[in-house]
Amino acid sequence: MRHPDGIDLSSLPLDDVLAKRKGLRRKLSARLNLQPLRIAVLGGSTTNEVVDLLELWLLDAGFAPIFHQSEYGRYHVDAVHDSEALVEFKPDLIYVHTSVINIQRFAPVGCSESEFNEHVKTEFNRFEEIWTSIEVKIGCLVIQNNFEFPPYAILGNLDATISGGHTRFVNALNNEFSLAAAARPKLLLQDICSISARIGLNHWFDRERWFSYKIVTSAEGSNAIATSLAAIVRGVYGKTRKVLVLDLDNTVWGGVIGDDGIDKIQIGQETAVAEAYTAFQEYCLSLRNRGILLAVCSKNDEEIARQGFEHPDSILKLEHISCFKANWDPKHENIAAIARELNLGTDSFVFVDDNPAERAIVEGQVQGIAVPNVGSDVARYAEIIEAGRYFEQISFSREDIERAALYQENSERAIFETKFADYGEYLDSLQMTAEIERFRPIYLERITQLTNKTNQFNLTTRRYTLAEIEAVLTDSDSLGIYGKLSDRFGDNGLISVVLGHRTENVLDIDLWLMSCRVLKRDMEIAMLDALVDHARAMGITTVRGHYIPTKKNGMVLDHFTKLGFASVGESEDGAAIYSLEITGYSPRNTHIKVMELVHEQ
Amino acid sequence: MSSEELLLGLQEIFRDVLDQEDLVLTPQSNAENVPDWDSLAHVNLVTAIEKKYKVKFALGELQDLKNVGDMIELLQSKLAAK
Repeated sequence: MRHPDGIDLSSLPLDDVLAKRKGLRRKLSARLNLQPLRIAVLGGSTTNEVVDLLELWLLDAGFAPIFHQSEYGRYHVDAVHDSEALVEFKPDLIYVHTSVINIQRFAPVGCSESEFNEHVKTEFNRFEEIWTSIEVKIGCLVIQNNFEFPPYAILGNLDATISGGHTRFVNALNNEFSLAAAARPKLLLQDICSISARIGLNHWFDRERWFSYKIVTSAEGSNAIATSLAAIVRGVYGKTRKVLVLDLDNTVWGGVIGDDGIDKIQIGQETAVAEAYTAFQEYCLSLRNRGILLAVCSKNDEEIARQGFEHPDSILKLEHISCFKANWDPKHENIAAIARELNLGTDSFVFVDDNPAERAIVEGQVQGIAVPNVGSDVARYAEIIEAGRYFEQISFSREDIERAALYQENSERAIFETKFADYGEYLDSLQMTAEIERFRPIYLERITQLTNKTNQFNLTTRRYTLAEIEAVLTDSDSLGIYGKLSDRFGDNGLISVVLGHRTENVLDIDLWLMSCRVLKRDMEIAMLDALVDHARAMGITTVRGHYIPTKKNGMVLDHFTKLGFASVGESEDGAAIYSLEITGYSPRNTHIKVMELVHEQ
Repeated sequence: MSSEELLLGLQEIFRDVLDQEDLVLTPQSNAENVPDWDSLAHVNLVTAIEKKYKVKFALGELQDLKNVGDMIELLQSKLAAK
C-alpha cells in the first residue's frame, strides 16, 4: 500500500531522488515505527553520496539508519589499527566500500604465474585483516563489495589473459572474495562487479568526480550501490519478499483466454510475442525453483484459466502455483485470501499485472504489497521486477529450495480443511506424526536458523548463535527440545523449538517458537507433553513461561494461558510470567502420533 | 536561454538540494551568503545542474566561479556550444 505521506521512492526519477534527497530524508524520517539501525561505512573513496542514497532507501524499507563514516581512504586503518571510534559506535553492520582504484598493487606486466598468485594473495590478505579485525573487535556482520573492472584495459583483450593484466587480477581477487564470503558466516559479499557491468563501466566511473571530489562513481552508480545494499539489509532483517502474485491474460500469456480460447493465446516459440511470454514464464519458474512462491490472481472463469497452464507450450504448470485464485471478485480481496491460505503477510508479496487499473487498486488496498510498474511490454517485465531487488536473500538453505513444495502441500491442506465441520476430525484426518526430542547435533544449524528468523510464533524473540545452541548439548541445566511434523501431505521438517534452563526444581522457558506453517495443528500441545516428560526426568516440579511482547508476536499473547499455565506477574524487563506445576501433569495431545526414536546408548 | 530563465532554473535546483523552499537566488549568491552551501552540498548542486541542463562540466571549469552569476555565464556558453 502506498504510504499515507504519498512518497513512493521507487517511482521517482533518479534525478529527482538525487536533487531532492534532503527534503525526502526529512519527510521519510517522520514515518512511524522505523527500526533503528547503526551502520558504519569504511570507504576507499568519498562515500557521502552512497550513504545519502542508502539512507533514503533504508528509510523507505522501514529502517531508521544512523551512520558512521570513515575518513576518505581510511577503510583499512579504521578497521585494523585506529578502531576505537568504530568500536565505540557499536555498529549493527559495517559496509566496507572499496573500488578497483583502491587495489594497492597489481601484478606487474611480465611476472610469472606464481608471482601473480602472490600478488593476489597479498591484496586479499589486506582485506582479510579488515574482516578478521572486525570479527574480533566487534563481531557484527560485514558487507564487503567485490571489484568492478578497471576503467580501461591497458593491454586490451590481453588484459584478461596474461599475468600482468588488471582485468585478470580483478577476476582472481573477486574469486578469492567469493570463497571468503562462502566460508565466513559474518561476511556478505556485494557483487559490484555485476552491478557495474549492468550499468556499463563507461557510465559507472566518472573521472571528473574522482579528481575533484574523490567520488569514484557517477550518481547512477552510487544509486545502484545504495539500492543493492538496501536489498541486502532487508535480507539480513528478514524483510525479503516471498511470493510473486501473477495476473494471467497478457501477463503470463498473450491474449485473453476467455475470449480467444486456449488455442489462440500467445505462448511458445511461434511468434516473437509468444517467445517473450515463454521467456517471462521461464523467469517465474526460476524464481520458484529458488524458493519464491508463485500465486495466481486473475479475473477469469477458474476452469478456463486453469486450461492456460495445460497449453503444451506453457512452461508454468498448475503444480508450480502454490495458490490459484481465478474468479470475478476484486483482486485485493483475492490477494487477502491468498495471504490467508499461504499463511504469509501481504508485505511479503509482489504483484505483477499488465493492467494499470488493477495495479492501482491492489497498491491502494493491500497492506505492504509491492506493485512494480511493469508496464504492458512483456519483454521488460522480468527486468523491471529484478530492478526492485525484492527477493534478495543473504544465504540459502535446502529449506529455501524446498519451500515452494512445502507451501504447495499447505495450500492443499487448506482446501482439504474446508471439507470438515469438526476441527478435531480434520486434524485426525491429516494423519500427523511428530518427532520431538532433545537437541541433536545434526539439527543445531536449523535450530539456530529458526531462532533468528521466527518472529510471530515466538514467545521471547531471543536470537541465538550456533555456539550458544551447541552449548545446550553439554549443559546439564539446559533443556532444549525440537519438534518435526509430517502429515499425509508431506514433511514440514523441523518447525518448533523450546529451550529452558533449570534453577533447582524450576525450569524457566527462555525460548518457545514455532513456524507459522503448522499453526493450529496442536503441535504446541505435543511439545508441552514432551517438555514436561523431559523436565520431570530432571527432577523439575515447576515450569515457568515467559512472554516478551513485540510488534510481531501478538498471536502468542495467550499461549501459556491456553496451555493451562497460571499468570504469576511480570518480571523487571516487562515480560509476563506464567507458571505450571507438573507433578500431576498428564499428556494432552490426542491428534498427533509422536514417534519414539531409537536411542543410541 | 536567458540569464533570467537560468537564474530561476538554478533557484529551483538550489531550493531542492538545500531543502529551503523560500530561498531566493541572485547572481551575487555564493557559498558565503547562501546557508548550508558547503562542500557536500556543492557536489549535489553540480550534479543536479549537470542533469537538468544535460551538460557536463570539464575538470577545472568550476574552480574559478565566484558566484551564481558566473555559473549562469558558464552555463550559457556551454548550452550555446551544444
